[in-house]
Amino acid sequence: MTARSEAVVIGASAGALEALSAILPSLPAGFRLPVMVVVHVPADKRSVLAELFQNKCQIEVREADDKEPVVGGTVYFAPPDYHLLVEMDRTLSLSSDEPVLFSRPSIDVLFESAADAYGAALIAIVLTGANQDGAQGLCAVAALGGIALVQDPDEAFASAMPEAAINLCPDARIMSLHAIAAYLREV
Amino acid sequence: MTEDLANERTEDIEIRLLLDALYYRYHYDFRDYAMASIKRRLRQGRQQLGFASFSAMQDALMRDPDMLPRLLGYLTVQVSEMFRDPSYFRALREKVVPHLRTYPSLKVWIAGCSAGEELYSMVILFREEGLEERTLFYATDINQDALRAAETGIFNLDRIPLFTENHRKSGGRNSLSDYYHAAYGRASFDKSLRRKVVFSDHSLVTDAVFGEMHLISCRNVLIYFNRSAQDRALGLFKDSLVRKGFLGLGAKESLRFSGHADSFVDFVREEKIYQRSAQ
Repeated sequence: MTARSEAVVIGASAGALEALSAILPSLPAGFRLPVMVVVHVPADKRSVLAELFQNKCQIEVREADDKEPVVGGTVYFAPPDYHLLVEMDRTLSLSSDEPVLFSRPSIDVLFESAADAYGAALIAIVLTGANQDGAQGLCAVAALGGIALVQDPDEAFASAMPEAAINLCPDARIMSLHAIAAYLREV
Repeated sequence: MTEDLANERTEDIEIRLLLDALYYRYHYDFRDYAMASIKRRLRQGRQQLGFASFSAMQDALMRDPDMLPRLLGYLTVQVSEMFRDPSYFRALREKVVPHLRTYPSLKVWIAGCSAGEELYSMVILFREEGLEERTLFYATDINQDALRAAETGIFNLDRIPLFTENHRKSGGRNSLSDYYHAAYGRASFDKSLRRKVVFSDHSLVTDAVFGEMHLISCRNVLIYFNRSAQDRALGLFKDSLVRKGFLGLGAKESLRFSGHADSFVDFVREEKIYQRSAQ
């Protein structure tokens, strides 16, 4: 028995822009779920991700604000230099706790908190990247019955991150970007 | 899977009980903090301190006062840097300082000063702008260890390049190296920078107003609170500021959702610097 999905979390690093471009713009205008995204970006840069994708997407895209309630059909990007977390009451919070695996925002931090908040009703996706972030978080999602998806390392711009996720979390489904996008449109 | 989920809920209950114990036994109140991040830190603490469960940790906390500082170490870890977000300090220098110059004496409150990065940044800025002599700085935190660290003013030398770069970008008039002395892998900040500083134990969640401030800087502290604790702290700031006094928050914090929004006006909107309204 699978729970009806209520949220999507995505983590991406090196090659993120291209990978996300194959997924986010394809989500239809009436898309039901909220999508929280961590991309590793340099701390000192003002992130342009939200603006960039707002122009490409059919659903609302923005940088996450602290204590903002999570709303379906919205993409939330973690701001540079802050961790993004989901609270049990399904509001977002930010933290400037120390970087995890040298990353702030950290994919693990988002995934683990979202797993707590959504349990089995969560879809977590690890995309391209050149580090190990996200593997631990993906396991936490899978352990609570959530759906764990990983971009096929063979097609990823950087394969280390999807490979680490697959190694640590053997239950994860390996899919192409195309298949991930199609999967999300079906949920 | 259901087993895991059940354990998960048990853990949430245990965490709530642990925070209750911390409050009733020692009067440290984390009950209105944003839980996701607290939970993450507590899990780390539980593992590293070697407890099988949060209930076991609570038991130890109740009976052994030595557990308190250890637990607080996990709960209040805060990482900052000197002149973090240099554009904030530049805005203070260029837009707020001209107003502050019109007062014969000044009070500045660094709320949640942690290990002192923000405090030393502020004192250096005031010295460079010629305001240090007429200013009294209040540096507060709930963590005694952090306050003691702030009082020593010693930072690892490997952090100094970042601090130096930030200071320069903030419009620093001198070189940061004028203010510290490097030895044995550490940078020790000049004790004259602490001459006008009062260090004090203070909680934004449970303690009262700090009077008649001209500037309050409290950055990346409120994000750790839930809405009601945020509102309480902002009320405290409102009541602690002189009319037309200034409040600086972190880059991702705002008054937008607060019940106290009407008491402030945007002063430098993009840097989250607010001014207490005159009424």
